[in-house]
Amino acid sequence: MDDHAARLGLDAGLPLANARAICPDVEAFDDDPVADAQALNAIADWCDRFTPLVALDPPHSLFLDITGCAHLFGSEERLLQMLCGALTSQGFAVSAAIAGTSISARTMTRHVHGRIVGEGDEADSVSPLPISALGADEAITRGLRRAGLKSIGDVASRARHEIAARFGADFTALLEQALGQGEAPINPRKPLPDYIVEKRFAEPVATDGVIAAALSRLAATLVGTMDKQGKGARRLEASFFRTDGVVRTIAVDTGQPVTRVETIDRLFRERLDALADPLDPGFGFDLVRLSASRTEIVVQQQRDLDAHVQHDDELAALIDRIAARIGGRRVIVHLPQDTHVPERASLPVPAQQHLAAASLAAWPVPVEGEPPLRPLRLFERPEPIEVLLAEVPDRPPRHFKWRRAAHTVVRAEGPERIAMEWWRSSEAMPTRDYFRVEDEGGLRFWLYRDGLYGEIVREGEAVSPNWFVHGLFA
Amino acid sequence: MMGARTRMLAELRGNIERIEAGDVAASGRAALGHAEADAALQGGLALGAMHEVFSEARHSAAATGFIAGLARRVGARRPLVWVRQDFADIESGALSMGGCSELGLDPRLTVIVRATDVETALRASADALACDALGAVVTEIWGETRQFDLVASRKLTLTARTSGVTCLLLRLAAAPQPSTAETRWIVQAARSPPHVEAWGAPVLDTRLVRNRHGPVGHWIMEWKCDECLFRETPAHPEPVAAAPADRPHQAPAFAQRRAG
Repeated sequence: MDDHAARLGLDAGLPLANARAICPDVEAFDDDPVADAQALNAIADWCDRFTPLVALDPPHSLFLDITGCAHLFGSEERLLQMLCGALTSQGFAVSAAIAGTSISARTMTRHVHGRIVGEGDEADSVSPLPISALGADEAITRGLRRAGLKSIGDVASRARHEIAARFGADFTALLEQALGQGEAPINPRKPLPDYIVEKRFAEPVATDGVIAAALSRLAATLVGTMDKQGKGARRLEASFFRTDGVVRTIAVDTGQPVTRVETIDRLFRERLDALADPLDPGFGFDLVRLSASRTEIVVQQQRDLDAHVQHDDELAALIDRIAARIGGRRVIVHLPQDTHVPERASLPVPAQQHLAAASLAAWPVPVEGEPPLRPLRLFERPEPIEVLLAEVPDRPPRHFKWRRAAHTVVRAEGPERIAMEWWRSSEAMPTRDYFRVEDEGGLRFWLYRDGLYGEIVREGEAVSPNWFVHGLFA
Repeated sequence: MMGARTRMLAELRGNIERIEAGDVAASGRAALGHAEADAALQGGLALGAMHEVFSEARHSAAATGFIAGLARRVGARRPLVWVRQDFADIESGALSMGGCSELGLDPRLTVIVRATDVETALRASADALACDALGAVVTEIWGETRQFDLVASRKLTLTARTSGVTCLLLRLAAAPQPSTAETRWIVQAARSPPHVEAWGAPVLDTRLVRNRHGPVGHWIMEWKCDECLFRETPAHPEPVAAAPADRPHQAPAFAQRRAG
């Protein structure tokens, strides 16, 4: 509710007909909670420039924990001025306050704008305010008003147990927090990064070269700071704050802790190159921030004589580079699984996280003198085949049709019977009989019959089981 | 100063590894094991070059087996990066690690990159080729494509030459086109030799249709999983036992027992 509307006599909760009577050219819009939440989130993104701890308080408020941040902007007044000035110029109606606890500050904003409550003055500043400023339930506010308690000071003067008995412990806690007597932890949107470095520009920058150079200088500072504590970054985030308030954050994950500026540079270059919607500088960025949100202690290894370690490092760096461009889930290694079900025998996992585990995995050793028993190419979804010539039970088909081509089996070996893991799934899965077959042209298939003859019963009648091709041998 | 020293060390290290690898010849060629093919290739498949393998869609598994064999011969015990497209999994099946390990490729050293399209795949391969810790890079491209033109192929060749990593291109369901490849093969499955009890080892009908430094040829090869070598298919598949030289007369019939 802005001042202009308040002067006209409009109020929240007023019926539309009454509002039209007061101000005939009022325009009505539907309530859109999703868009409101989006706008609040965007403002929260923008507020990240003041402090890394920004919490949402839907539907209309934000908490900023500015402990230890104010001096970077001059003073608390200066910070408040900058924040409100910028938001107002973007077209928002702002009401802000600074106080010792978040609830206390919120209570202040509900009544006056721009107050800074000194330490220990919370109770005095909040007391004269009306009960509604607390933001408690409508029922509680009404109950208190009926009891003749109009201001927060009135309520605070009563004994706590009386209030708690009638309005609940939650309300007493809220009251104490507003009075600065109890601490209310805020719930920040993002975890606090381990390291943050940032660069503010006096004049917005828009060219790629300048942005890259700034990022590179930030990386150097970040690496220098981390190096002193023996840390390396596993996850890096670069945030670009546009002058018009839009914030774009780009994250890069690595498999091994990064300790080199060139590596960080290269990873971000790959990532920025591959963005589906490229970084749009608009009228320019006025702040670029680089933060290491996950770090690890770096173990220094002897490198010069041990070629093996160096090779592992190079492979890990290559995986990071490719993953930065196409995504970590697209670069995979496989881990063996303890199961007989062919499609579950190996588990694809992201290489960045599991390279070390994969290089030590114990795979089943092939039997010497035997031809391959498992196909080289395995269909994720076994493909049904049409068996043209029925065979005696427990033998593979003579002729079958797969992908509209007919094949005649000239050699076959099997069955290799694989029972499904009944202890894992709730519904019964039929036993599979696998056959290795070769057709007249030399194509080698891995076929299976899903279920034994007479095992599958549908509507009281035994149906003949289906055949599938599950893989292809070289 | 530091850079030069590191580079020299890396070179020396590379040389030592090459000597240690043994069967990967110092001449920069890896013998396949098939005598005639090796003769045509002048000792084996050139390292640090690009080799193409083409096949029809239905012979994709055979071509995959052939390229897995090449990668094993070329890469020895070094990591392998296999770049493939997503929809190749649906068309001709995902690469099964169980099958790979039976052919002799080590799943612990195999990293798979799943690219969405040809362009991404080519870029990832170029990146991988520049990393000299690898033994080989396999790039699997499904179907005809315009993106893989002479420029792209030249780029891969140059990168491979600089780093010494061999570039193997698997072109499924595609027809050969001009490129800068060192060799070009067309592969299809061949029938297992008759009268062999343990049938099913990869037997491949391979046609060498381009060879920059030698003749072309057409051979039927068998991949020996235990030795990790290509071999000629046995011409006389029925093994003939040698006649007993110093045996006395045959033992009487009633003394014969059968085990099992």
